[in-house]
Amino acid sequence: MEQNATISPIAKTTLIGQRVKKPDAPDKATGKTRYINDMVLPQMLIGKVLFAGRAHARIVSIDTSAAEKLPGVYAVLTGKDAAGLKFGFVRDNVALKDKVRCEHDEIAAVAAETQDIALRALELIKVEYEDLPGVFTPEAGAIEGAPLVHENFAGNKSLYFEFKHGDLKAAEADSDFVVDTVFRPHHVTHCCMGTSCAIADFDHNGKLTIWTQTQYPYNYKMDLAPALGINPGDIRVIQPPIGGAFGSKLDVYPYEPIAALLARKTGRPVKVIYSREEEFKASPTRQAAVIHMRTGCNRDGGLTFRSADVLLDNGAYTSWGPTIPVIMMRTISGHYRVPVVDFKAQAIYTNNPYAGSFRGYGNVQTTYATAQQMDMLADMVDMDPLEFHLKNSQISGEVTPQKSFLRECALVECLEMAATACDYSRKRKEFAAQRDKPGRYKKGIGLASSIHNAGGAKIHKSDGIGTILKMDDYARVTVLSGASEIGQGIDAVITLIVAEELGVPLEHVTLVNNDSDIAPWDVGVHASRTTFIAGNGTRRAAQKAKAQILHAAETMLGEPAENMDLRGGSVVRAYDGTPLIKLDRLLRQMHFQAEPELVMVTDYYEPKSEPEGAKHISDHSAAYSHAVHIAEITVDTLTGEIKVDKVTVAQDVGRVINRMGLEGQIEGGIAMGLGYALSENMRLEDGMLTNPCFRDYKLITAPEMPPLDMHFIESNCAEGPYGAKGISELPTIVIAPAIANALYNATGVRIFNPPMSPEKVARAIFDARQSRNQGGSNAHEASVLRMA
Amino acid sequence: MKSVETEIRFKLNGREVCLKVPVTMKTLTMLRDKFDLTGTKYVCGEGECGACTIRIDGETVNSCLMYAVDCDGRELVTIEGLRTPHGLHPMQQAFVDHGAIQCGFCMPGMIMQADYLVENNPTLTREEAQRGLEGNLCRCTGYTKVLDAVEALVETKKCCGRC
Repeated sequence: MEQNATISPIAKTTLIGQRVKKPDAPDKATGKTRYINDMVLPQMLIGKVLFAGRAHARIVSIDTSAAEKLPGVYAVLTGKDAAGLKFGFVRDNVALKDKVRCEHDEIAAVAAETQDIALRALELIKVEYEDLPGVFTPEAGAIEGAPLVHENFAGNKSLYFEFKHGDLKAAEADSDFVVDTVFRPHHVTHCCMGTSCAIADFDHNGKLTIWTQTQYPYNYKMDLAPALGINPGDIRVIQPPIGGAFGSKLDVYPYEPIAALLARKTGRPVKVIYSREEEFKASPTRQAAVIHMRTGCNRDGGLTFRSADVLLDNGAYTSWGPTIPVIMMRTISGHYRVPVVDFKAQAIYTNNPYAGSFRGYGNVQTTYATAQQMDMLADMVDMDPLEFHLKNSQISGEVTPQKSFLRECALVECLEMAATACDYSRKRKEFAAQRDKPGRYKKGIGLASSIHNAGGAKIHKSDGIGTILKMDDYARVTVLSGASEIGQGIDAVITLIVAEELGVPLEHVTLVNNDSDIAPWDVGVHASRTTFIAGNGTRRAAQKAKAQILHAAETMLGEPAENMDLRGGSVVRAYDGTPLIKLDRLLRQMHFQAEPELVMVTDYYEPKSEPEGAKHISDHSAAYSHAVHIAEITVDTLTGEIKVDKVTVAQDVGRVINRMGLEGQIEGGIAMGLGYALSENMRLEDGMLTNPCFRDYKLITAPEMPPLDMHFIESNCAEGPYGAKGISELPTIVIAPAIANALYNATGVRIFNPPMSPEKVARAIFDARQSRNQGGSNAHEASVLRMA
Repeated sequence: MKSVETEIRFKLNGREVCLKVPVTMKTLTMLRDKFDLTGTKYVCGEGECGACTIRIDGETVNSCLMYAVDCDGRELVTIEGLRTPHGLHPMQQAFVDHGAIQCGFCMPGMIMQADYLVENNPTLTREEAQRGLEGNLCRCTGYTKVLDAVEALVETKKCCGRC
């Protein structure tokens, strides 16, 4: 006590809302970080996969004898080596195939000393195919008598979802206006900078260690096990640093069991890693769909109903992609106050690459439709879209027809903040007035919003997370958390929260979250849940540790625990900040006393949300959030090129935790959404990808990134950590329809089948002019029905 | 299968090196497989993404496109060689400080290119940086914080006047 007497008081400060650096950034900046792609294990072999290269075929024969004889080849596997080892959401997939259902079907795999030898071995495998007629759109797959992708799935029917609320017929009849549009969202893919990679190794007790890019390590064990015929408990998942995921690593893909099968066969570690071309062809996609949507409203602008009839392009196998209607229907029923809802979605097997989960999870496609129809209806009732949105906005305390409880709803605030910040209403009128005047370049402004789960989504039996927190004799903290780091920055969030609660420097916190044998269970990185769920878990664990520390301090110092706090590495008197004892000293005293104690606490946090349920009527997330984007664009009406000049963003973030990470997620999410809106497109011809490279599959680059004016609305979510909500998907969801609405404002045309590529926009403008000259109507007008 | 090998000598991150490489080997593969310098990344292998950007005789190149034999007699700097004896290179530090790094996979290439741009244009503007980084793809950040980092570093350099 004496030596602390001269130390000045430590004031209460907070890290919440500050700008905190990612702990792993220095090593990443210097090239020191070993990503999974960089890893080499002793005795490691390289695995390569032979892809079918055709969309639908019977395998007549396969001859691997020459490949097996090649020096340096250790194993060659084919369909018979994986026979019966079905895996996947509906057990329709297998690591190595006995029939071809899509271009990237894995027919054989080789493990060899080097990649060159493995590639040479693939060339030596002789496969004779008999091509079959295929189906390449969900409509074609749904036709009676269409070729079957899987013999045991009649009508090519994969998953089906529906949700109905209220009397649709009556609502339609009562509507003054109805918009009726068919949207055709396209195939895009994640384009993680680090290509897909897995390293597998079996020990002699039959336990598999797999180094993988997965973003859901615990359920991954459950999903991988059937592909190998082993118990999930015999799998250890290690997650080295990865080059992005964005939802693509939320399932098991065949290269992972292939690595394991090769490892089991050879008794050596095997690494399977994709080239960029393989990555393009064999990665999951964001699912293409045909969305027939109708929305009605009254003359006063009040929404009357929304219906959506969706056909999803499942692709050849059922991954998590076809489950997106779970989220799609929440938007259909919850994006603004919709009294009557009718939603059905049928996923149809096709011979296209198969759909996985992708940031935004169905909401990207849905919001592209709902947010445009909001704009179209506003036009019909001759209201400023802002006014139209405000009229239909929910407020705190409202419950959607699916029973999503909008406890803290800041939609109105988001709309008003964004619109005011960029002078939306004035610009919209001004640009619309210029629309039909001469001039090659037209300016437009467009508003869009959406709703998304922001506190997880209870689609599993638990949406929880385990956390273990321990402290050493030097007051260094180690957190074992189930929360995966995939680049999004949960490392910074967890570090920040621990430092906030325990009053230790950020750099004294170590996070261990990459080994399923060490860190406790978590659902995974999805559903914008990690800051919310892991943030709560971390905070609760840290508070338990703090209580233990202050209790010990009370015993030793005689000061009541409730009068003390942890600040600046010391126990202090809470009211005046007087340091009482250094934290490390206290911890040592606790440790090395007659009745020793260590600070090591555990926590399992389960959010207060309800299971999704078969009827989809449940408060499935612990929080919901809104974002509004207003895009300002310039359209070159001659070339059809859209330049995005500025985007104003207002998002309900609950509370800012790490400001730098939050901004980064929004900026990156918008860049991804811009690619979806403007340029990214998997060009499939009869199931074959014709643009498997960055030259022809165009990502957004630095010069195309517009300035962002970001506004964070802090609605202070009661259940969220410090009030925070999940944030990372909305930026990708909202931007595309904001641009679509801006395109309409600028030119009077709409694109219902993204991307809004120059050729499509130029064609639409040309057609609209032709049609106007001939007295016809354009696509926008054609889809608006004035009711009798 | 046996490929023709050639002996080459060059300077790599300040040290003289000498090795035999197959004539078909790309510089990227040599750096990663022969020198274990895995900071330089493979992302596309065809010069479209910039993740394998290194400096050769002061210029930036996509090391995935350049044959290793062409390194003979030249001077290479990789992301690992950018680090100073005192710690992170100012450009690396700027990226860290401004939150430009998320998954970070593209960042070694991005930092190499950004450093090149600033070295050759001490008054680099944000717009010039945007154009100069056009060949470096990033899927995480939306480039905004990358540009913030570059802009801030240019400003710092203007202030101290020693650069």
